[in-house]
Amino acid sequence: MRMFFNIGRYFLLLVQVFSKTEKRSVLYRQILAEIEYLGINSLGIVAIISVFMGAVVAIQTAYNIDSPLVPLYTVGFTTRQSIVLEFSPTIISLILAGIVGSRISSEIGTMRVTEQIDALEVMGINAPGYLILPKIIACVFINPVLIAISMFLGLIGGLLAAVLGNVVTVETYVYGIQSWFVPFEVIYALFKTAVFAFIITSVSGYHGYFTKGGALEVGRSSTKAVVYSSILIILFNLIITKLLL
Amino acid sequence: MIEVRNISKSFKGVKVIENISVCFEKGITNLIIGQSGSGKTVLMKCLVGLFEVDSGQIFFDERNFSEMSFKKRKVFRKEMGMLFQGSALFDSMNVERNVMFPLTMFTNQNFEEKLERVNFCLNRVNLPNSNKLFPSELSGGMKKRVAIARAIAMNPKYLFCDEPNSGLDPKTAIVIDNLITEITEEYEMTTIINTHDMNSVIKHGDKIAFIYEGKLWWEGNKDEILHTENKEINDFVYANETLKHLRK
Repeated sequence: MRMFFNIGRYFLLLVQVFSKTEKRSVLYRQILAEIEYLGINSLGIVAIISVFMGAVVAIQTAYNIDSPLVPLYTVGFTTRQSIVLEFSPTIISLILAGIVGSRISSEIGTMRVTEQIDALEVMGINAPGYLILPKIIACVFINPVLIAISMFLGLIGGLLAAVLGNVVTVETYVYGIQSWFVPFEVIYALFKTAVFAFIITSVSGYHGYFTKGGALEVGRSSTKAVVYSSILIILFNLIITKLLL
Repeated sequence: MIEVRNISKSFKGVKVIENISVCFEKGITNLIIGQSGSGKTVLMKCLVGLFEVDSGQIFFDERNFSEMSFKKRKVFRKEMGMLFQGSALFDSMNVERNVMFPLTMFTNQNFEEKLERVNFCLNRVNLPNSNKLFPSELSGGMKKRVAIARAIAMNPKYLFCDEPNSGLDPKTAIVIDNLITEITEEYEMTTIINTHDMNSVIKHGDKIAFIYEGKLWWEGNKDEILHTENKEINDFVYANETLKHLRK
């Protein structure tokens, strides 16, 4: 029963989030601020993880190629497929659920327990729209950009590992990357990233918004936000993959 | 004037306030007093619409707040200002942006006009030149004063203060009390203060409503409260040993 209550309350909150905002100029400014706070500030960790992830995928692919019948450009091809289809959009989104999700939930949760949200409501401001909508728009816009950068850096990481480890030549690796390239796969990856971004921000916003109590509950809300966002990302990854591929 | 007619509110079947009817006058300091857990904060949250009442009605100068649509309430709220117990300043904004916030959201004034109003409000609460400070850099008393400045920025008709001097030293508490009273008289506002601070009651209680176990137990003013024979009030007022001694 509790689950149905939470689902219902989540959708009711979304209705408030997307109802009329007070001032568009304020919304635009907040979106830009959130793009920097939630997106640009996560770029460093995304870059580091992507480079190493790409390197590991390339090394493992090369390590598993036993048969001389399998061409060496398979290293580049497999790295690209793994990075574009799964590692960048899903794994990086899971990591962003941890970084961004806990950030959103603890920020809004703290505002709730310190009566800042009550202050907004007394002023007559649509608090969910003011607090959560800019975060959703910012992440739905910036996360696909982060993932595109992650894909690029992942492939660079794979190249560095393959070439420096004397696994394949630069030409062979690049040839593998270019082989049987389907542009729709990038669209699919970026689309699911946008869906994951919506899940991360709305679920985290929900858990923060309905925090009750004090500092301990703010921490619990952050944990719940990350756990539920991650579960939903995995679930929707399956659904979107089944529908689009 | 704010008129409350027979309002009740319960949570999970437990009645927190029951059938309260009381009138809060314009231009004076109206106090709601009572022990912790008596229901005074719930009553105030019902008055500002943070909680919906189960039954009864609230009138703001003959306008029925309980029956207003969500849209009408939103417009009406611009006439309200509220000072929260913990000040509720926005952590991410400096003092200037905190006070400017309602002006940014609800007016079409340009930055210079808004800044002029912000500086006026900050001067009024004796906090000039503090525009660029963040809430984390302010003392408890300063936070309360910034919160008062934010509450009066839109020139409200109704001011609600939830335990404005809790957590403050006695001297700063008096400064905050005096400031609220001065502003109330100056702007002819209807001010309601939730408190259990006896200094505030004795000095500023032009009208006092005593809430006991969720019910309106007694009504009167600062002179009457010291001489009433009501047991529950006396238990509350003379809980302080010094006052008890003085009474004897």
